[in-house]
This record gives sequence, structure tokens and C-alpha cells, in this order.
Amino acid sequence: MTFEMFLQHLANGISLGSLYALIAIGYTMVYGILRLINFAHGDIFMMATYFAFFGIMTFEMPWYISFIIAIILTGILGIGVERIAYKPLRTSPKISILISAIGVSYLLENLCIVLFNGKPKPFPTPNVFADMVRIGNISIQRLTFIIPVVTIILLVLLSYLVNNTKSGMAMRAVSKDQETAQLMGVDVNNTISFTFGIGSMLAAIGGLMWSLKFPQIQPLMGVMPGLKCFIAAVIGGIGNIKGAVIGGFLLGIGEILLVAFLQSLTGYRDAFAFILLILILLFKPTGIMGEKIAEKV
Amino acid sequence: MNKKFKLSNNMKLNILLLLILTVIIIIAQENLDEYKLRILNLCAIYTILGLSLNLINGFTGLFSLGHAGFMAIGAYTTALLTMPIAVKEKNFFMVPLISPLDKIVWPFLPSLLLGGALAAIVAFLIGAPVLRLKGDYLAIATLGFSEIIRVIFTNTQRLTNGALGLKDIPNKTNLYWSFGIAILTLIIIVSLINSSYGRALKAIREDEIAAENMGINLFKHKILAFTMGAFFAGIGGGLLGNLIGTIDPLMFRFFLTYNILLIIVLGGMGSITGTIVSSFIITISMEVLRFLDERINLGFVTIKGIPGLRMVIFSLLLMVVILFFRNGLMGAKELTWEVVLKRFSKKPLSKGGIQQ
Repeated sequence: MTFEMFLQHLANGISLGSLYALIAIGYTMVYGILRLINFAHGDIFMMATYFAFFGIMTFEMPWYISFIIAIILTGILGIGVERIAYKPLRTSPKISILISAIGVSYLLENLCIVLFNGKPKPFPTPNVFADMVRIGNISIQRLTFIIPVVTIILLVLLSYLVNNTKSGMAMRAVSKDQETAQLMGVDVNNTISFTFGIGSMLAAIGGLMWSLKFPQIQPLMGVMPGLKCFIAAVIGGIGNIKGAVIGGFLLGIGEILLVAFLQSLTGYRDAFAFILLILILLFKPTGIMGEKIAEKV
Repeated sequence: MNKKFKLSNNMKLNILLLLILTVIIIIAQENLDEYKLRILNLCAIYTILGLSLNLINGFTGLFSLGHAGFMAIGAYTTALLTMPIAVKEKNFFMVPLISPLDKIVWPFLPSLLLGGALAAIVAFLIGAPVLRLKGDYLAIATLGFSEIIRVIFTNTQRLTNGALGLKDIPNKTNLYWSFGIAILTLIIIVSLINSSYGRALKAIREDEIAAENMGINLFKHKILAFTMGAFFAGIGGGLLGNLIGTIDPLMFRFFLTYNILLIIVLGGMGSITGTIVSSFIITISMEVLRFLDERINLGFVTIKGIPGLRMVIFSLLLMVVILFFRNGLMGAKELTWEVVLKRFSKKPLSKGGIQQ
């Protein structure tokens, strides 16, 4: 393998990794605040691509307007899901909320199958993203560079939001201790809705980037990426935004390099994430950046 | 004296129920059409699966999502061992099956048992490192393992025929097998739960740290529940494979685990009778709702069938159950003879015998 090819794979890995990171941040935010594996996250991500698809194809909007509308609609969808499916269960055992999340995931998938039928649809890729860029001897799609940049910009915005604004402070307070936060005058319900909205919008951006990179959308497309991004979040230490980014990059780059260097193992691509997850959990049970959780007696 | 009487009374009723059930099964097996038989078989198989997952999740409090993987092990083992040699050759037309397996044909029962045993062995090996994890981490790790098993099965073409799956598996599963094993599973799991082991498992579920301080060996009990659950999952998978007649790796995605999880949640985590009742309810309602996918003719108007609507309604029902009946049908309670008989007679069963 030549050095150029290695660079090409690396660039691919970085762009896939930043996609994973983007979606993993959404997971991690929701988990950090509600301690809930939001199994519907992958399906929310899928819904965003359908919103954008119909915006472009049916309503003939320019892609950027359609994308913005899709992101906003997805945010609203996320808040709606939280209000309907998670809020009533906030005090019940964890497994009920988890089942509810699975129920939402089922519902969104099947609703999509009924409404838009299960056949994969080609996602329109604007030329801005699809054009090839040549560097020396290698040519790389422009999208490969755009995705990491988008991730970095969003990450900076997000850490500003979490660390330097009032809503961010409320989010941190709620994630530490809901009851105490409430006593201190934090509107817990609004904060949770806000977090869900932001998390879903991140999922939407991730989903749009995903469907630009793999331009085919179908109702079950969110399942595997959703699971992998959750794994990325766990690997990095769930609840930790930096951790999610590290986990995402580790997973994306690792996966691409595995396929590139050990081609006989290509079939095991989807297992790679799980193997990495289990190895890391065994040595660091709370993930790379995770804090040690004290056991309460 | 009273207690002894009550116990034997329960026993008598149990045996009576078992006899009635046997008669019903014999009549059903001989008279019902294939479709109805299949649904009944599925009910029994889901009962086995539900009970085994409930042992892990409901009674021990280990949040495991690995059932589909264990089922896959059982299903593939049973299918590969029971298939006649000619069918094996027909299935493995791309690459031949590895050498000793292509000549072996076993009877159904030993194949099932081996399937269960292999699932249990894998569970033991997985459990040793993974059961240190707790809550969500355990859930995601077990989910990961079941996916790894599936990916391995997709790629080991010489053993499992890869993504093509296995076809024409002999339909050995009938009501005698499925209900027989379901009843056996029930007896084994109930006696485990009522033993000192069972009390230890429940103690672990309620509070791990307190249980450990009381001298319960956490690891030993957790791995016992996990391995036993996996054993029955393997057997359930074997029955399922030989009932449907065709298996492929995609069948054993985590959706399958979710379905079983739904059964135990609907029935009530930690309720044996609840699991049985909800296995039947869910399996049958999945079939009953099938009309939604088909064309409905109301005489004056024909509603065009919408493929997939069934699953939409199903997931909506699931949401309603979770949102409004949080503890499932039974919670952690059991449907006992006392409860049933009290429903029918206002008098106490035997004077002072029941109310304690």
C-alpha cells in the first residue's frame, strides 16, 4: 500500500469518525442528563434525512433551506418524543424508559415504512459536496473535508453552550442531580426538552452528512449507525462530550483502517465496534474519559 | 398440617391442569391446520424464551440484551445436526460444510440439548468478563456480544452457509416438543426460583451490595442465572429454527431480543405467570394484527391494505402499555390457584388455610 493510499483511507476514516462523533455527542448529552440510552436516536437521525429529502424533491427547495428546515423539524420531533414517551416515565424504573425508547424506535421505523415505503431512495447530493478535490496524486471528495469541519464548528459551539451560558449551566446542574437542581430554581422539564432538542438537531446534522456521504436513504438506515454511535459514546465515556468525540474518531478511523489493511476481515466490519467496546469496557468500565462512579450503599 | 394440605391441593390442581393441557395439545396437534399449529408452537417457544430472559432480567436484575445471539447458536446447532445429508449438500452449494458435520445426522432431542449446551458454554465464557459490568453497560455489552455472534455466523460460510442461511430444515418441532419443553422449562425455573438460589438471585436484584454483604457470592449466582437463561434461549432458538424451517443471520438481530423483552415487560418483570400470559398475548396479537396489512373488504368500501401498518399499531400498543401500565400485567405478582379460586368462590378455600 502506498503512502497516498494510506492518506486517502485516513481521510475517509477521519470523515466517518467525525460523523460518528457528531451523532455520539447527541447520545451523550441525552444520556448525561437523563441516564437513558435513547434507542430512538438513530431513527430520529433517519427522520431528518427524510425531511430533507422531501424538502428537496417534493417541495423543490434549495438544498440549504431544506436542510435548515429538516434540522428544525428534527429538533421539534426530538422534543415531542421526549414529552410523549420519556417524560411520563421519569420516575419509573429504568427498564420501562428503555422499552419506551425501543417502542419509539419501532414506531418511527414502521411509520416510515408505511408512509414512504421501505424501498431505498437516492438522496440528492448537491455539487458543492460531491466535487472532487485533487491533492498531489490523490483525489478526495470535498465532503470528506467538510464533515470534520462541520463537526469541529459544532463542537466549539456546543462547548460554549454547555460551559458559558445559563442554559448550559442548567444542563450541567440537572445532569448532576435533578432534584437539587429543581430546588435551586432550575426548570428541569425545560432543560431536558432543550437538551433533547439540541441532541436531535445534532443527530439531524449527522444524518444529513451521512446521507450525503452514503447517498441512499431507507427507513432502517438509522439502526446500525445509531448503535455504533452509541458505542462511540460509551467508549469515550458516556456523558462526556470530549469523550464522545474521541470515541467517534477512534471508531471511525479504526473501522476504515481495518477494512483497508485487513481485507479478509471486511465481513467483520460491523463487529469491530462491538469488539472495541467490550475490550475498552473490560479495562476501563466507564470509558476512556469516564469518571469513576461511586457505589451508593 | 394445614400447610401440607394446601400444598397437595395446589399439586392436585397443577396435575389436573397439566392433564387438561395434554388433552388439548393432543387434540390440537391432530386437528388444527398448519397455520394455527404454527402460532401455538410459537406461543410455547416464546414462553420458553420469555421465561429464560425473565430469569436473567426479571429475577436477577441483570440487564442482558444478548438473547438473540444465544438463540442463534441453538438454532444453527440444532438445524445443522438434524438436517439430512442430502439437504446439507443442497444448502452448501457454494462452499462445502466442514468435514465431520456433513456426515452427521442426529435425532432432534440430542441436537436441541447440544444447541442449548453450546449456548450455555458461550454464555459462561462471555459472562465471566462481562458480568462485572452493571446496568446500561452490561446491556450494551451483551447486545454487542449477540451482534458479534451474528456477524461471525454471517462470515463463517463453511459452517453456517453465511448470509444465505439454511433452508429446508426438517420440521421436527410440533406441539408435543414445544409445549413439553415449555412445561419443563417452567418447572425447572420455578423450582430454581423457589430454592435458596432463587432467593439469592432476588436479593441480588434488590440490592447487590447488601446481598454481597450478606455473604451471597455475586459472581456465582449471576453466572448461574446468565448461563441457565442462555441454555433455554438456545433450546428455544433450536425449536424456532426447526419450526420455521429456514434460518439466516438476519433473523437473529437485536430486534428479536427486543420482542422477548417486550413479552417480559408486558407480563411483568419478575412474574412467571405474567410471562406465560403475555407470551401468548403478544404472539397471537402479532398474528391477529396481520389483517391490517391486507386488503379489508367492508362490503360498501374496500380499504387498501397498507403493508407495515401492523407493526405501527403493534408499536403503538406497546407504547400504551409502557406508558399506562408500567408494571405490566402482573407486576411481580403471580397468578396462583388461591387467586384464581378466590375469583370464583367467595368462600375461603379451606378455613383459615389461605389467609396468612
